Amino acid sequence: MYKILRRKELNPTVTLLDIEAPLIAKKAEPGQFIILRVDSEGERIPLTIADYDREAGWVRIIFQIVGGTTEKLNHLKEGDFINDFVGPLGVPTHVDGLKKVAVVGGGVGCAIAFPIAKKLHNMGAEVHSVVGFRNKDLVILEDDFAAVSDKMMMTDDGSHGTKGLVTNALKELIESGEKYDEVIVIGPLIMMKFVCALTKEYGVKTTVSMNPIMIDGTGMCGGCRLTVGGETKFACVDGPDFDGHLVDFDEALERGSMYKPFERHAHEEACNLFAKEVQ
Amino acid sequence: MPNMSLKKNEMPSQDPNVRNKNFKEVALGYTKEQAMDEAARCLNCKNKPCVTGCPVQIDIPTFVQHVAAGDFEAAYEVIAKSSALPAVCGRVCPQESQCEGKCVRGIKGEPVAIGRLERFVADYHNENCTEKPVKPESNGHKVAIIGSGPSGLTCAGDLAKKGYDVTIFEALHLAGGVLVYGIPEFRLPKAIVQKEIDGLKDLGVKVETNMVIGKVLSIDELIEEYGFEAVFIGSGAGLPRFMNIPGENLKGVYSANEFLTRVNLMKAYKDDSATPIMKAKKVAVVGGGNVAMDAARSAKRLGAEEVYIVYRRS
Ligand SMILES: Cc1cc2nc3c(=O)[nH]c(=O)nc-3n(C[C@H](O)[C@H](O)[C@H](O)COP(=O)(O)OP(=O)(O)OC[C@H]3O[C@@H](n4cnc5c(N)ncnc54)[C@H](O)[C@@H]3O)c2cc1C
Ligand SMILES: Cc1cc2nc3c(=O)[nH]c(=O)nc-3n(C[C@H](O)[C@H](O)[C@H](O)COP(=O)(O)OP(=O)(O)OC[C@H]3O[C@@H](n4cnc5c(N)ncnc54)[C@H](O)[C@@H]3O)c2cc1C
Ligand code: FES
Repeated sequence: MYKILRRKELNPTVTLLDIEAPLIAKKAEPGQFIILRVDSEGERIPLTIADYDREAGWVRIIFQIVGGTTEKLNHLKEGDFINDFVGPLGVPTHVDGLKKVAVVGGGVGCAIAFPIAKKLHNMGAEVHSVVGFRNKDLVILEDDFAAVSDKMMMTDDGSHGTKGLVTNALKELIESGEKYDEVIVIGPLIMMKFVCALTKEYGVKTTVSMNPIMIDGTGMCGGCRLTVGGETKFACVDGPDFDGHLVDFDEALERGSMYKPFERHAHEEACNLFAKEVQ
Repeated sequence: MPNMSLKKNEMPSQDPNVRNKNFKEVALGYTKEQAMDEAARCLNCKNKPCVTGCPVQIDIPTFVQHVAAGDFEAAYEVIAKSSALPAVCGRVCPQESQCEGKCVRGIKGEPVAIGRLERFVADYHNENCTEKPVKPESNGHKVAIIGSGPSGLTCAGDLAKKGYDVTIFEALHLAGGVLVYGIPEFRLPKAIVQKEIDGLKDLGVKVETNMVIGKVLSIDELIEEYGFEAVFIGSGAGLPRFMNIPGENLKGVYSANEFLTRVNLMKAYKDDSATPIMKAKKVAVVGGGNVAMDAARSAKRLGAEEVYIVYRRS
């Protein structure tokens, strides 16, 4: 059992939890993730390690409430326990030798991108972050990104920062002559696909963090497989980071929708359950 | 006088048209009378070919003689000397190519149903024995075991009985390896696996789940910082291999491991399971071994109308 030390709602649909997990905190590196089960009957879901404190022994997760399990997770309070919490899984993001990097985050993907930006900053690299949200109410981690990078805030509707998509901002930066060793982009699949199309045009190496449906997270089941450069890769052990110019995004989008009808149903059930508890 | 019937005693089982719609165990096990009658088929022959066919060399004729005499606990003690997982092995060991494959009675007729007898004895013990096993005296040596599949569990049991301080590290949230994530409930009920693991805990074995060794702790750390003097790696077969044929990443294409893990470990066959599974009407299973049969039978029980086994040999 893993204790929740701190809980904070970052916006109406995104919550932060610090979990007591000293062994994982000791080993965690940016780009790695954990798999948790909320209760003894729960589904296994992967969430990225958004931050950690090796001394204090906690690991931070930041999650968007999108379905049954994240809904249940969001109902836990400080002092409550999570049944299972395993990690750190996956390969850490490769940052060695990078001097100048653009970190692009979309929505809750910013939570995954932040520890990487922070690590790059601490290594002395020049970091430009381009973070995008649908609107002002959904903005998260603004101050955190500001502390470790030159930040460009984008919103789809212009209610905060600059109006437009992250691709527009990145294009401007590249065209204005910024020379990046690498672009690291994390967000919805469709956003990563378009950023990769853009950076390919300019020949800038691009790393994406993929988030296929997973179960074990140990390389045992192959459910998380992707096609990268024509080869089958398992995101949980070979990734989740891959060369964005080689990833078959269309296949990943298709596979991600495998359980759509089931998920909608499970989410409604979870919501109904909590509605009943409130009454 | 031995029972000279050429056929094994049938083991009662669920009716095919009932069992293909549920995940309860297919085979129901012998009654005491059936077990004793079957055990009486053993000739107790001198050279004991069955024992040489058994990977852990259980003293089969002796345990079978105890069954024939109705002393089931004595039979259990004989098996337990050599096997850490009798209730599991009695169900899923390939007896036809091991002990029973060598049985003299099999030359003319069917061999003695050693597997069914082993299962009976283990189940009898698990149901009737309330005594906990005596914890052996500690020899003060610490051993780490990575992986809680049958190999890890067996190693843990054998070492614990010798007095070692054993800790099993398992990557998943539940111990058992293929026994809990691969082999379906209808062939090997998970309560039985749990009972065998609880038995190891009674012997003093510690089980740490959610521990991916190599990620959360390295083998060096287990030895240098945690004081383990030896490490046994029983991490199983690992990655599934795909065939690299067009379309294999389409929605609805599963590796057996993923399909069976969803069904067994995550209980996706239950209506209220939090983990989804695709319930298809028409299913093709590529392969022809134990794993393929488990997948095909699971698909049928999930409601498939047609299940095809596609196999490259005749
Ligand atoms: C390596 C990795 C890191 C991730 N990091 C984060 C993160 O830091 N913050 C965050 O909010 N989300 C993250 N995700 C996505 C997160 O795992 C899903 O949002 C979560 O599983 C949804 O579960 P649910 O039951 O609430 O929703 P559901 O209604 O079950 O699903 C909603 C969507 O989530 C995805 N999903 C569902 N089940 C799984 C599963 N078992 N594994 C992976 N994806 C699934 C599917 O695309 C699905 O369409 C990450 C995913 C991966 C693979
Ligand atoms: C569906 C199916 C049906 C089968 N049916 C039969 C049958 O009827 N009869 C028969 O004789 N055989 C059968 N087999 C084969 C048999 O199950 C295997 O030979 C047996 O499980 C191997 O045991 P093991 O202990 O080596 O590994 P596994 O059972 O694979 O267990 C390995 C364990 O190690 C864990 N692990 C892996 N890496 C790590 C790590 N880094 N840190 C911590 N833990 C780790 C895994 O999570 C797993 O729990 C079947 C196999 C399958 C898949
Ligand atoms: S999640 Fe099963 S292999 Fe990656």
